[in-house]
Amino acid sequence: MKNFSIIVPINGFIKFALLFCFLVLTQLCNAQNKINGKKIFETRCLVCHQSDGGGVPNMNPPLDGATNVNGKDIARLVNIIRNGYDERVALDGMYYNNAMTANPDLKEDAIADVLTYVRNSWSNKAGAVTISQVKAALLKNKAVKK
Amino acid sequence: MKKQIQLVSIALFAFCMNILAQENAGLKLPEGFKANLYANNIGGARHIAITKSGVVFAKLNNPNKEGNAIIRLEDANNDGVADKINGFAKYGGTGIFVKGNSLYASSNEAVFKYELNSKDEVVNPLTPLTIVSGLLDRRQHNSKSITFDMANNIYVNIGAYSNACQEKDRTPGSQGMMPCPILDSAGGIWKFDGSKENQTYKDGKRYATGLRNVLGLDWNTETNKLFVAQHGRDQLNSFYPNLYTDAQNAELPAETFYEINEGDNAGWPYVYYDPSQHKKIVSPEYGGDGKKEGSSEFKEPAVAFPAHMAPMAVLFYTGNQFPTKYKNGAFISFHGSWNRAPLPQEGFFVAFIPFKNGKATGEWEIFANGFAGMENGAKVTNTGKAKARPCGLAQGPDGSIYVSDDNKGAIFKISYSK
Repeated sequence: MKNFSIIVPINGFIKFALLFCFLVLTQLCNAQNKINGKKIFETRCLVCHQSDGGGVPNMNPPLDGATNVNGKDIARLVNIIRNGYDERVALDGMYYNNAMTANPDLKEDAIADVLTYVRNSWSNKAGAVTISQVKAALLKNKAVKK
Repeated sequence: MKKQIQLVSIALFAFCMNILAQENAGLKLPEGFKANLYANNIGGARHIAITKSGVVFAKLNNPNKEGNAIIRLEDANNDGVADKINGFAKYGGTGIFVKGNSLYASSNEAVFKYELNSKDEVVNPLTPLTIVSGLLDRRQHNSKSITFDMANNIYVNIGAYSNACQEKDRTPGSQGMMPCPILDSAGGIWKFDGSKENQTYKDGKRYATGLRNVLGLDWNTETNKLFVAQHGRDQLNSFYPNLYTDAQNAELPAETFYEINEGDNAGWPYVYYDPSQHKKIVSPEYGGDGKKEGSSEFKEPAVAFPAHMAPMAVLFYTGNQFPTKYKNGAFISFHGSWNRAPLPQEGFFVAFIPFKNGKATGEWEIFANGFAGMENGAKVTNTGKAKARPCGLAQGPDGSIYVSDDNKGAIFKISYSK
């Protein structure tokens, strides 16, 4: 009994410590993802979508505060980044005309990182995007294409 | 009590600063000029046109909340501010022009003609005549700007639906198509008969080619010549980082202003104009390396403006109100850039190009600035933050000029008095 009473708090402490480490690690990972994502954003996206994610009226849609960027359809976002987009964008009551460049060379982890950055920058507070979500979205798109 | 006094004085100070900032509607102008807000929040106002009696027509990019895309504005009590405002037409677009008792307006694929009565009211708001239709609208560069010569011919810009005529638009590594197939039906200025109904491509004539996208065009009635301002290509650094740095892209290529003769070719997409080398340079999509010079058959610009500022309208000043140096010179509005990022944006002003003996001197100057409304004259970093973006230009019967904004839809009136 004595042993048990000692083990329980240790167990509890270990659990707590593990949980703490896990949280710290995920936060660190998220932070690292955001840093990678920021780099990708600056080299590939910033020119059109602007450094504040505000876009250019009538031409390039904003990312900051955009309902679809913060929304649940991650597959759509993944496919736009990978394959580009060449239709008129109707977003939050405005229209945007420019075509978006495809990024066929952008790997799954990079797409996850840049989406994580975009969905958690400026006023955006949507969830992070994982590599498995990106993989699933690309698979789904392949299936649709077939 | 002390705190209250403090608060009140801060509020008073802020109020005074606000009034000071709003002097001349927030614009910076040369000495002797004044500006006021003729109208505000009418919807993204692209080009504007003014009748002999001073009625202003503004073409909206998209229909406003009431579903109207042409707005008629009148300053009935003559205090410089529009007090009678109404609208009609359901189609968005850019071009608008008053010719005698006719009002012409363009959608992104057609040109329509309305009739004005003696009060400059539109007689047939629901039933305009279709002058031209079936012009290409592939979204990118789809604005159909219009102007007239001194006969009754209408000149329509048909912008290229592409950045540089790559096989795949705006795609790194994609080659330029040779010859560029876009040029048969876009990337130039087409001429039509302003009085003939139901024309399409086959009835018109390609008046000039090799122009990527022209928003600003006007007929110089002194020399009987067409002048156009081109939007130069984007993204040299994005697609050719080995050839162009971000800083070089911010200055390349020039926004070019041309005196156009029938049959001219300004060289898009094969060349662009480098303002520091003063040369037409072969586009990287066509084997250029930033230095190789393009063919001399392509037109030389009359004026080369800094890159990416987006010239939206050209207006030859024929009035008598402004000082004599402005007579027969050209005003040109700049929308403000986006493709200079990550460097600060430029433009968001109206420039003036002096003319001597019918030719542009090239020594242009900023005429009206401050449209973007940045505090303490700060630069615009992100284009979306600019409060107003200059677009249309028109001259009133008293010689004042009007500048429209296609963000929220302000119209500024600029006048001169000694």
